[in-house]
Amino acid sequence: MSTPAIEIQGLTKDYAVGFWRKQMRRSLDNLTLQVQEGEAFGFLGPNGAGKTTTLKILMSLIFPTAGTARVRGRSIDDVRMHREIGYLPEQPYFYDYLTARELLDYYARFFGYPAAERRQRVALFLERVGLASAGNVQLRKFSKGMLQRVGIAQAIVHDPQVIFLDEPMSGLDPVGRREVRNIILDLKRQGRTVFFSTHILSDAEMLCDRVAVLVGGKLQGVGAPGEIVSMEVYAMEIFFEMRSGRPLPGALAAHATKMGERFRVEVPEAQLYPTLEQLRGCEARILSVAPLRPTLEDYFLKLVARDKANSLPAEVGSAR
Amino acid sequence: MSTIPGVVAINTFREAVRDRVLYNLIFFALMMIGASILVGEISIGISRLVIINLGLSAISIFGLVMAIFIGVGLVHKEIEKRTLYTLLSKPVKRWEFLVGKFGGLLLTLTVNTALMTIGLGAALYYVSRSFLRTDASILVAVYFILLELGLVTALALFFSCFSSPMLSTLFTLGLYVAGIFSTDIRDIGMLTRSPATQAAARAIYYLLPNFHNFNAITAAAHGESIPVSLIWQNTAYAASYVVLVLAAASAVFSGRDLK
Repeated sequence: MSTPAIEIQGLTKDYAVGFWRKQMRRSLDNLTLQVQEGEAFGFLGPNGAGKTTTLKILMSLIFPTAGTARVRGRSIDDVRMHREIGYLPEQPYFYDYLTARELLDYYARFFGYPAAERRQRVALFLERVGLASAGNVQLRKFSKGMLQRVGIAQAIVHDPQVIFLDEPMSGLDPVGRREVRNIILDLKRQGRTVFFSTHILSDAEMLCDRVAVLVGGKLQGVGAPGEIVSMEVYAMEIFFEMRSGRPLPGALAAHATKMGERFRVEVPEAQLYPTLEQLRGCEARILSVAPLRPTLEDYFLKLVARDKANSLPAEVGSAR
Repeated sequence: MSTIPGVVAINTFREAVRDRVLYNLIFFALMMIGASILVGEISIGISRLVIINLGLSAISIFGLVMAIFIGVGLVHKEIEKRTLYTLLSKPVKRWEFLVGKFGGLLLTLTVNTALMTIGLGAALYYVSRSFLRTDASILVAVYFILLELGLVTALALFFSCFSSPMLSTLFTLGLYVAGIFSTDIRDIGMLTRSPATQAAARAIYYLLPNFHNFNAITAAAHGESIPVSLIWQNTAYAASYVVLVLAAASAVFSGRDLK
C-alpha cells in the first residue's frame, strides 16, 4: 500500500490557561486520521473545534502535547517535509510593503530556484490565480479576495504535492468563493492532495472526496460526504398553488407555509399520497414533490448540539 | 552554508528601507549642518573636537534607538501580523529566521551608520578644510559603535522572542545601561571585604555585556590612536557574545508555540 499523503496519529494539544497557567484546556483530543494521495479532504468543524490547531501543528507553528504526524512519509519535525507542502493560513496577511510579484519571488527563493526560473514561476502562478495584471501592485492595496488569491499562489508557487488551506473561502464574496473553488478543483485535477478546513459545508460537499468532522477538539466522523450523512429520506417536500378563492384544506392549513403565491409543506413519506389526494380534492396545482435527506449541514449541526449537551462522540463514519 | 538567513535578511532590509527608517538620516544631516555652521566661529582645534564628538555620539544614539526599537519588533511584528506562519511553512528553520532578521537589521544599521559617517566626514572637512592622519581613529570608533549595535540588536531580538515589545525595550535598555557600568559593578564589588560579594560582582561583570570597551568617541575626538589589540579584542568579544545571545534566542524561540 502506498504511503498516505497525511498520517495523523493521536494528535493532542493542551493549552495552559488562567493567570498562573495551571489549568489545562484541551484544544485537540487524540486526533487520528489518514488522507490519501490525490484526495481533496475537507476538515469541518465550527469555530473553536480545533481545525486551525491541527493545521498549526502540522506546520510546526505549535507543538503537540501528544501524538505524531507525517506528511508523505516525513515527520512534521523534519524541515524537508516543508519542501513538499504548501500552506495558506486563515485570513492571511502578507508583507504589505511588497508587491505580489516580490512576495512570490521572496517565497520562491526558499526553494533555491535560480532567478530566471523564479521569474517564470512567479508570472505563471500570478496568472493562475488571476492576478497577472496586479503583480506590481503593493499588497497594502489588495482587497481581501486578492490577498486570498495571492495567499494561494504563495502556497503553490513551488509545486507542492500536498496543499493545506485554512478556511480558504472565509470572508470571500460569491465570486471570490467560486474562484477559490476553481483553483482547488484545478489542483485536484493535477493529482495534488488538498487538505482544507472550512465551516462552509456546501463547499466541502462540492469539492471533497472525503470529509472529517471535528467538534470540541474531537473527531466525530470521517468519510465521503454521502457516507457520513445518511441517505435515508426523512420527509417529503411539496410545493403547490391554490386556485384563486379556494381555501387550504383544514389539515394542511396548520403545516403549510405561504411563500408568495406558493405554499410549501413537509410531510412524512407515509403521508405523501394522502396529502396529494387532499390537494387534488381542493383543486390545488402541484408544483413539485421532492424527498428530503439530511445534509452535511444537518449532521454538523446535530453534532454541535450534541457536543454542547456534553454527550458521547457520534458513531458515524469510520476513521481510516 | 544555508542561504535562507540571507534571503530573510535582504527582505528585512527592504522592509526597513520601505518603512522609511533611513529618514533619520535627514535629522542627522540637518544636525551636522547646523553644528558645522555654529562651530565655524570658534578655533579649528576645538571645532574639530566638537564635530567629532557630536557626530559620533549622534551616530551611536541614532543607531541605538534604531537597534532597540526595530529590534524588539522584529519577531513580534511577524507573529502579530501572522506573516511568520507562511514563512515557517516553507523549508525555513526557526534559527534561520532569527539569524536572517538579525542580519537584516544589522545591514540596515550598517548602511545607516556608513551614510552618517560620510556626513560626519563632510562636516569635518567643512570646518577644518582637511583630514588628519589621526582621523582614522574616527573610523575605528564608528566600527566599535557598529559592534555595539550588533550586540544591542541581538539582545533586543532575544528578549522579543518571549516578551512584549514594551518589556523587551525595557530589558534591552536596562541591560545596555548596566553593560556600560559593568566595570564599575566589578570595581565596587572589589571594595568590599566579603568574598561572596566579590564573586557575585565578578560574575555579574562577566555575564553582562561590556559596553564600556566599545566607547572610543573621546579617543577619536582627541586624535588618539586606538590599539590594534583592542580592535581584535572588541571584535572577538562582540562576535562571541552575539553568537551566544542568538543561540539562546534560537533555543527559546524554537520551542515556542506561535498562537
